[in-house]
Formats: sequence, C-alpha cells, structure tokens
Amino acid sequence: MPERILLRCRDVPDLRKLAVYRAHGGYEAARKALTTHTPEQLVEMVKASNLRGRGGAGFPTGMKWGFLPKQGEKPVYLCVNADESEPGTFKDREIMEDDPHQLLEGILISSYAIKCHRAYIYIRGEMLTGYERLLEAVREAYEGGFLGKNVFGTGFDLDVVIHRGAGAYICGEETGLIESLEGKRAYPRIKPPFPATHGLFGCPTIVNNVETLACVPHIVTRGADWFRSIGPEKSPGPKLYCVSGHVVRPGVYELPMGTPLREIIYEHAGGIPNGRSLKGVIPGGASMPVFTPAEIDVPMDMDSVQKAGSFLGSAGVIVMDDTVCMVWAMLNLARFFHHESCGQCTPCREGTGWVEKVLHGLEGGHAAPADVDLLLNIAANMMGNTICALADAAAMPVRAFVTKYRAEFEEHARLGRCPLRAPAAAAPETRRHAHA
Amino acid sequence: MPTLEIDGKKIEVEDGLTVIQAADQLGVEIPHYCWHPGLSIAGNCRMCLVEIEKSPKLQIACNTRVTEGMVVHTTSEKTKVAQKAVLEFLLINHPIDCPVCDQAGECKLQEYYMDYDRQRSRMPLEAKVKKGKAIPIGQHVMLDQERCILCARCTRFCDEITHTSELGIYERGDHCRIELAPGKTLDNPYSMNVIDICPVGALTSKDFRFKARVWYLERTDSVCGACANGCNTEIYHREGRIFRFQPRANLDVNQYWLCDAGRLSWSGLQGESRLLQPLAREATGFVPTNWTGALSGVATRLRDAAARRPGGVAIVVSAEASNEEIALARRLGTTLGATVTGVSWSPPDAFHDDFLVKADKNPNTRGLALQGLATDTQAAEGVLATIEAGTLQALVLVRTDLTRWLDRARVERALEAVPYLVVLDSDRRDVAAYADVVLPIGTYAESDGTFTNHADRVQRFRTAVASPGEARPGWHALGDLVTSLGGDAAPASADAAFAALAAEGGAFAGLDYDLLAGHGVTATKARASA
Repeated sequence: MPERILLRCRDVPDLRKLAVYRAHGGYEAARKALTTHTPEQLVEMVKASNLRGRGGAGFPTGMKWGFLPKQGEKPVYLCVNADESEPGTFKDREIMEDDPHQLLEGILISSYAIKCHRAYIYIRGEMLTGYERLLEAVREAYEGGFLGKNVFGTGFDLDVVIHRGAGAYICGEETGLIESLEGKRAYPRIKPPFPATHGLFGCPTIVNNVETLACVPHIVTRGADWFRSIGPEKSPGPKLYCVSGHVVRPGVYELPMGTPLREIIYEHAGGIPNGRSLKGVIPGGASMPVFTPAEIDVPMDMDSVQKAGSFLGSAGVIVMDDTVCMVWAMLNLARFFHHESCGQCTPCREGTGWVEKVLHGLEGGHAAPADVDLLLNIAANMMGNTICALADAAAMPVRAFVTKYRAEFEEHARLGRCPLRAPAAAAPETRRHAHA
Repeated sequence: MPTLEIDGKKIEVEDGLTVIQAADQLGVEIPHYCWHPGLSIAGNCRMCLVEIEKSPKLQIACNTRVTEGMVVHTTSEKTKVAQKAVLEFLLINHPIDCPVCDQAGECKLQEYYMDYDRQRSRMPLEAKVKKGKAIPIGQHVMLDQERCILCARCTRFCDEITHTSELGIYERGDHCRIELAPGKTLDNPYSMNVIDICPVGALTSKDFRFKARVWYLERTDSVCGACANGCNTEIYHREGRIFRFQPRANLDVNQYWLCDAGRLSWSGLQGESRLLQPLAREATGFVPTNWTGALSGVATRLRDAAARRPGGVAIVVSAEASNEEIALARRLGTTLGATVTGVSWSPPDAFHDDFLVKADKNPNTRGLALQGLATDTQAAEGVLATIEAGTLQALVLVRTDLTRWLDRARVERALEAVPYLVVLDSDRRDVAAYADVVLPIGTYAESDGTFTNHADRVQRFRTAVASPGEARPGWHALGDLVTSLGGDAAPASADAAFAALAAEGGAFAGLDYDLLAGHGVTATKARASA
C-alpha cells in the first residue's frame, strides 16, 4: 500500500482538529508558501507540478490561475467547488469531513498565489457533516491566525465563506456555481467571457475542486518534481478513486494516478462478489462512457482514459456485474440527468427527458426496434450543442451503453420486456419531478 | 474593422459585432429565438448554431464576436443537422395547437419548422409534458406554458428594461415554466411588450387574441399619438378597422418598445363618438349636410366676420393636430386676417416616467412651438377673454375642446356668446355642442402627416384606414376652406402641404417626406445642415 497523502486522515485520528493537524505539520506548507514565496513563484510551482483539476475536466490548474488578469482594480475570488454531486463520486466529502484543514491550507496557499482575499466554499447542501466540520475548522483557523487579517504576519488577509447549495447538480458546473453564489438561478453562463476575467460578481474568479486544492500544500512541501513523479508526467499526483457498485470493498482509494482500472477493481476493491463476473464499469462518474470488461486494462489517468474512449472525470468508478440490465442501468442514469438538467438550453432540456422516456419504454416493454437508433440520434443531437457540459454528460453514456450493449437493447425491443429483470421490477415508475 | 466571410460573402464590419449582427448586415438570416437586439444575450435556444471554420464545435452566432478572417457557414450540412435537431427538441413537448393559437401566422416555431425542420414528430402525443394553459398573468397578458420555448426574452425584458422582475423561470429541465414571482402580477406600464417579443404563442394579448388571424391584417407605419414621445408604431388593420398597434423599432425614439397605454390607444381612434358627416345647426339642432354646402356656408360666414371687424376671427389649433394641419390653420388665419392660437393641454396627474411615457399627452406640442404658436393654455384663455369682451365675431376650433380644462360654465357662456363657431374634429366632443358648423376630420390613422415629438424629431404617419363616413383628412378640409375663402389653392396631398410648410423657411426648411420616410429627422438638425 503506497503512502497516503490526501487521505492521511485515515492514519491520524482526529486530524480534522486543528491541534492534531498542527501536530502533524499542519499549516507549515502555508507558512513556507506565504513567507518564502512570491505569488508568482507559487503559480509557477503549480504549473511545474502539472497538477490537473480533479473535478472532472482535468484542466491544468496552474494554467487556469495564469488566465487571471495581471493587473486590475477588481478583487479576485477563489470559489471552491465542494458541490460534489456526480453520481458515483464521494471523495471530496471525505476530505471535508475528516481533513478539512488540508483543504483550508490549500485554499490559503492558492488564494495567496492568485492574490485573492475572499474565498467561497460552495458545499453541496446535503453534506451536513462536511459543512459542520468545515465550519468548525474555519472557526479554528481564524482563531489560530491561519485565516483573517495578516496571516503569518505577512500582511496577507484572507476570509473564507462557506455557502451551502440547495440540491442542484448544475451548481457543480463552475459558472452555475457562480450564479448560485450570486443568489441567482444556477444557469451556467455563456462563455466567453470566462470566470478568470468575469466571474463572481463580475470579478476575476478561479473555481477549483476540493481535491485539487488539497494537493497544493503537498506540492509546496515536497516540490513540483515530487508531484510530477507520481504517475504519468502529464497528469500526475496522488488520486482519489471512488469505487462503488458490485465490488467486495466499495470506498475511496488513494492511489497513484494511472493505476490500472483492473487493479483498482480486482485488487484494491476486492473484485466482484458472489462469484459473479464484470459486465461493465463506468470509470469517471455517471456522465462518462462505460467500459466493457475487455477495456479495463486502461491506466486511470486523464490522458489514458481519454485515449481509451472515456474520461477519468471525477474518478467515480461504478462497477456493474452480470446481473445488471444495461437498459435499466442507463435508464437510472438518464432519470438523473433529466431531473438535473437546468432547462436552459433546448437540446438538454428537451433531450434528457426524451431519452428517459425512450429508455423507459424499452425497459417497460413498450418500445419499437427503431427506438434503439432513436436513442443514438437524440444523443448525437444533444452532444456539443449546449452552453455547459450537462448535455454531453447525459448523451455520452447513452452513446456508450447503446453501442457497447446494443444486442441487449435490441433484445428488449424484440421481446417486449426486460430479459433480466422480473416484470414487476422491469418497469420502474418514472419518478415524478421532485418539485412537481 | 475585421473582414469575415459568411456563406461565401465577404463583409467588413465594426469591431465587437457578433456573427448574427454581421450576417444581418449581409442580409443573411440566421434563425434565432432567444436573441433580441434590445436584450442581453442569453444563448439558450441554440437555434443560431453555425459552423465556423477552425472551430471544432458549432458556435452560437448570437454570442460569437467576429474576428479577422473568420469563415462562417450558415447552411452547411452540420449546421442544418443542428437546426433541425433544435427544432425537433423545441417541438417534442409543444402542444402543436396552431389551429387555436393566436400566434399562428406570426410564430417563429411555425416559420422555422417550415424552413428548417419539416419532419414528422417522433414523440407520442400522450408522452408530452403537460403544463399550465390560458393563465392570466396581468391585466393585458395571457400565458400558455406549454407553448413556451423558455427563451427567457420576457424575463429578461422585465429584468433589464422595466426592472420590475415580475416573471421568472421555475422548476428544471423539461418541467421548466415561466411563472409570476410570488405575490406579483405583470402590471408594469410596458407589460405588453412581452407579447411582441415572445417568438411563439406563449404570451398573447387579451386585447387582441381571437380578434383576427394576422395574415388577414395589413400593416401601416405610423407614430403613436398618445403622448409627446412619438413612439414609432405599426397599425394592423383590415377593411377599415384597426386591430392593434405594435412598436416599430426606432433606436432614437422608442428602441423596440411601446407603452401599454399607447398600444391600447388604437381603440380611441375608432370610438362611438366619431363624427361621420358635416353638421350644420338649424333651429331644431344639427342637420347633416354635405361638404360643398358646409364649406361654402362656413366661408361666407367667416368672410363676413372678418370683414365686420379686423381680427374678428380667431382660430385655435391644439397639439393634437399635425404639422400640416397647423400650417394650414395658420394659412387660414392669414387669409382671414385672424389671430391663430396654439394650445397644448394634458391632465395634470397623467402618468409619466423617465423612459418612454411623457407627461405631455399631445403628439405635436413641439410642432406648435416650431410654427411659432403657443404651447400652453394661457393664449387659448386669452381668446376666451376676447369673446367675453364681445369683440370676437367668429371662432374656429381645430381639434380643440376647451371644456376639457377650462371652467365649464365659463366656456359654455362664452361659446354661446360667439356669433359663429366652427369646430373641426374627429370626434364629437363637448365643445361641438355649441358649434354652428361641425366639420368631421380624420384621425392620424386616416391621413398622411407628420408630428414633431418632444425632442423636435419630425416623424411621418401614413394613411392606414379610410376615414369613416364623410370625414376627410384635416389637411384636406382646412385646405379646402382656405381655397373657398379665396386664398391659395388647396394642397393636393399631405406631402404638398408639408412641402409648403418647409418652403416657409422655418424649422422645417430642408425637410420633405422622402427625407422623413424612415425614422424621422430632428427639425433643428435639418435646419443646421441645410
């Protein structure tokens, strides 16, 4: 088992408490950064580390910071994307619940690097424990002088505000998050302009994921070269993989970036239980294309997974064994995206609901053979044609499920029923809209 | 000044323009729903997706700034596929109730379906999402949530133009719907603009709905006469009846908008009180007569009155009259040696704001001023005083009802004392009761002419409908009167009447109907450049 860096909380009891965190070297990285580095040097360091965003898109963090205007009258904001909502993803939650100071230290260093004096943590509303623990950690950090005025006597000021979301997946999209923080409906913004120039309250803004920021103190402590040496050089670092579904030991695994998917499933998560076999695995959260058992030798880093036809995304590994009906599984995902589409762009607003209806028809035994191709056609018409990536997130799984498990979809249409699930269970009632 | 190419046509445009604007300059229509030149860019409908070379994905033309050397394809295969897809998405949950929808004929869903889609529905009818129908959301506006395509034009209008935010989008995904904010109704003074900008049948006008199919209506450019702002309008009419006003874009005057009061003022032009025939007073009361008889009678009486005493005739013309009518009233004054007085009166408590609605409820107060006539009520009161002094022999009132603001008993006494009173008006108003002769003249919807708005902009209105009965355009009636009195030959048209006014060399010098054909010209500016 390699050394745990991001999940040190598993080895150190009560690490969430400031005293314990301090006793284990906590906030020393921040002290080093603020007292011996200029902001510019830190941006260069993060660039050199090749740290890439852990929220799903994998954008180089240092490059993103570099997009901020060099001069400007307006304040710079850091928005911490803690709205972890991608189905199959539960890594940021553990950091916030069990090692919140690691995140705060990352926020402190990053804020100093981008010359931000007010950071907002946008935390998913359902994560009550994480919220309470972050709130306590922020209180402790202010008390300990790690937040507030004149941190480490450097003259650097930083306030951290925690904002709870109200239950919409779209608030995890960075401009939806910004709109929501501003008190508006979380409609993702049209780009350009980008948040780096016109973000929160119209000011230059950086939005970073929790896990991404948690990496920053370690880069400062151990250096960019160390970080780059873990896993593939172009998407390196320690990585949290969330494994769920039909495995013996579901959970969060911290492993070097690029650990093969097969190893994650069969070694770390203990393989498929009850002597069953693997039918499919989603590598990066609900919105990423599914892999068949033949495709799981892929190294789980951003570039390799992309080359294999999917995305690392949020590294939410969802494992399905041979008892799973792939039409039903896709229907489950489609129902989620239908429920969560914000409704702003036509293709997503209308397409997500349509896809769910067609899948519901297939699974419920009232569909025509042509509906299989209809699914592919709807997905194609949604892809790439909207403001944000939610339409793609809804369409990509459809394309992958239907293409890779086409025979099963066609069998549903041919039989007029689900071949795998009992008739009573075969037609899960399409859930009414939660607010309808 | 970047140069770009759209569908093989090159154009050089200003910096900062978007592709949709550049295409518009080239005469290339890029289909769109949510984009509106008067509102912020929303980019949500996705109808304006176009292919731009070197860009991997299709881009929305409404939010893509032009760059040097950009090559845009609006009819490429990729673009067509996207346009067809977006239309299909827009229609899957749409009720397709065109036969009973008031928007039919001016609906962008209908138009674009024919232009870009033309495929059968792949969504079973019973699977469509159901939403609210025929919801009254304000005094003038009805909402059908199922027809709505959620382009957010109406919400942006209420947020950005009126700053009243009555409307919002609620729920998510295909359950999204436009709705009133809690505790609000859509009751701002500009509420009906949301009907115009709604590209589909979601927002319809309580005033207009179910009155006429729009394809039967004709349109005529006009100028709203409800206040001094001079908002540019289109009059929709059929067979002599007016059905509605809609705003006509004029960035210098009303942008794209029209207030509700102005919009609904059309009904006042065709009310029950319209005068249909010349009327002459006999011992038993008014008797209908014909124009020839009425004009010769009036001419004789006025000539006598003028001869009896220099300045024995007074003419009062209000700011409801057109520039042409004012000019001819002045010429009538010259012919008779009469005093000509202007008057402009508005109710003192009338609604006005700092946007479009002016406190001056007359369309042509500045027209009076630019012809050297009074624009208050003092001068008209002076005329009343001359009556009371017993010196006035005859009075001609052009679109002027003195009883509206002066003490009624005093006006009654005075008018009963005037030996001869001629009233030229479109409607039988209180003052007509004291007239010896009433000459029916048309409204501004029934005549060509010009008004000068509060900012001295001279704007043309055109004949939309014929005058009812025997009513004539005001310039026509006044011109005939001048001729009957032996003055200059009557102008053959409003155009000629205006040309004569311009020839006087005053504020209107250098202007003509051709120059004014578009969005009007500021009178003083024209003078400076002449």
